[in-house]
Amino acid sequence: MGSSLTSNLFVFILAAFLGYEVVRRVSPQLHTPLMSLTNAISAISVVGAITIAGSHRGGVLLMSLGAIAVACAMINVVGGFMITDRMLKMFKKRKDK
Amino acid sequence: MVAAAKTTALHAATTWPHTAHWPWYVTLVYMAAAVMFALSLKWLSSHKTARRGVKIGEIGMAAAILATLFLPEVRQYNWIFAGAVIGAAIGVLLAVLTPMTAVPQQTALSHAFGALAAALVGTAEFYGHHAQLTAGSTAAIGLESLLGYLTFTGSLIAAGKLQEVLPTRPISYPLQNPINLSVLAAAVACGVWMCISPHIVFLYPVFVGLSLLFGVLLIIPIGGGDMPTVIALLNSYAGLSASAMGFVVNNKLLIIAGALEGSSGFILSMIMCQAMNRSFLNVLFGQAANGKSAPADDVYGGKIRTTTAEEVADILASARRVVIVPGYGLAVAQAQHVTGELFELLDSKGVDVQFAIHPVAGRMPGHMNVLLAEADIPYDRLQEMEQINEQFADVDVVIVNGANDVVNPDARDNPGSPIAGMPILNVDKARIVVVIKRSLSPGFAGIANPLFARDNCLMLFADGKKATLDIIQEVKKL
Repeated sequence: MGSSLTSNLFVFILAAFLGYEVVRRVSPQLHTPLMSLTNAISAISVVGAITIAGSHRGGVLLMSLGAIAVACAMINVVGGFMITDRMLKMFKKRKDK
Repeated sequence: MVAAAKTTALHAATTWPHTAHWPWYVTLVYMAAAVMFALSLKWLSSHKTARRGVKIGEIGMAAAILATLFLPEVRQYNWIFAGAVIGAAIGVLLAVLTPMTAVPQQTALSHAFGALAAALVGTAEFYGHHAQLTAGSTAAIGLESLLGYLTFTGSLIAAGKLQEVLPTRPISYPLQNPINLSVLAAAVACGVWMCISPHIVFLYPVFVGLSLLFGVLLIIPIGGGDMPTVIALLNSYAGLSASAMGFVVNNKLLIIAGALEGSSGFILSMIMCQAMNRSFLNVLFGQAANGKSAPADDVYGGKIRTTTAEEVADILASARRVVIVPGYGLAVAQAQHVTGELFELLDSKGVDVQFAIHPVAGRMPGHMNVLLAEADIPYDRLQEMEQINEQFADVDVVIVNGANDVVNPDARDNPGSPIAGMPILNVDKARIVVVIKRSLSPGFAGIANPLFARDNCLMLFADGKKATLDIIQEVKKL
């Protein structure tokens, strides 16, 4: 855990900094889609849930916990990207007359 | 001694965490996905590339999920498949059926789902490995569970308040802050005890219970007006809980994606706090702002001038520059589409119409922009506060619909006001201000608005949608 903790912390700090720099440039007009998009992206936690739901070492109880976690994360994977796109589609430039 | 350390290290590598035997291609796919997630957010910086951002995010996500299914420890697919199908179905329904006015509560719900996923994985990791847990790994699981479970209940409460199935006003009780902080302290103490003796299994459910309770206590004292800040803060917590999960299962892709959401939510809540001139602590601990405002009778007494839709239409007919200020009241009255019609009508008559959007207009950051975009108002007509504030002196008519505190000149002029220092839209500098409002009732800040008593201000007392429809009719008659 020791060395992986420090290297994980290293990655976390860099990613938080990257997030700060990237998100700062997002137009305030798009802050609602930004929130739903980041929410969809962090639903990558489905990956961790999959390893629990698919590993039979832990027995049925843990696999079912994993399956619920997969379901929760998949709601955000699918719903998050879809609603973000639905919102972005509505932003239109002035119609030419 | 050395040999013993080696055996321990070997033991740890083969049992937990799992990454030691990942195939190289999974790591490569995860790396590519991390880059795609960062690009996805980067492309959101401009309207032109925003939808491309969603696409690349989806590709990264699909690739990472596929690669994970090939991991050697994933041996059984039926539980995964069942969970994925159910989750995807609910996700599609939520994304398609949620009306744009309800996006804030949908967002709060999705924070709850994301946090619950992280929390459940933490729970599974604890029970699946508690024989091998060290202080460090218990701490990571503890952090993941604490953040996950408190964000889960906190987001549910926030969603309930936004949907108005729970009371939107702050709920308070004696000794609120000491009680809340002792619940948090108890949870942390329990967590520390778990780290010292990971083998005492009964501590974990107590810890989870305290985390769930703290999430509820954290959000119930917060009022409806502070929801934009709170929802952004919960966004940040949801990200952090996903990141904590990355620490637990030793997956850097989760750490990165969670950190991106964590810092995004953090930035948004900072922006919301600045837009209300309040501090984080002030919002979280539900303190009412200090300062005194004049009683409504003194401010308004005999100085209110009312108007009619007909008169407003006359004024608009001779205007060249019009600015519309939409507030949350406009969304409540479902007036965004008729406002779009009014825009089209005035635009076709050659009037320059802009929309002035205060950062906290609506129930979450950027909400008002989405509502107006849905009403087919072109986004280049939507102006941010800083851009439009310098221009109000050149504006003929301002129509304020459903906004109150964000146009209260007291925030700028009266240092003793409870909202002193809050950035506002300087609509009082325009030639004529028309305020559409049901009555003189105060906004979230609960104070009188001297704007309504100004000489250049006309009040149109009506429902936001009906008033806009009436104005459209009268303009058409001209």
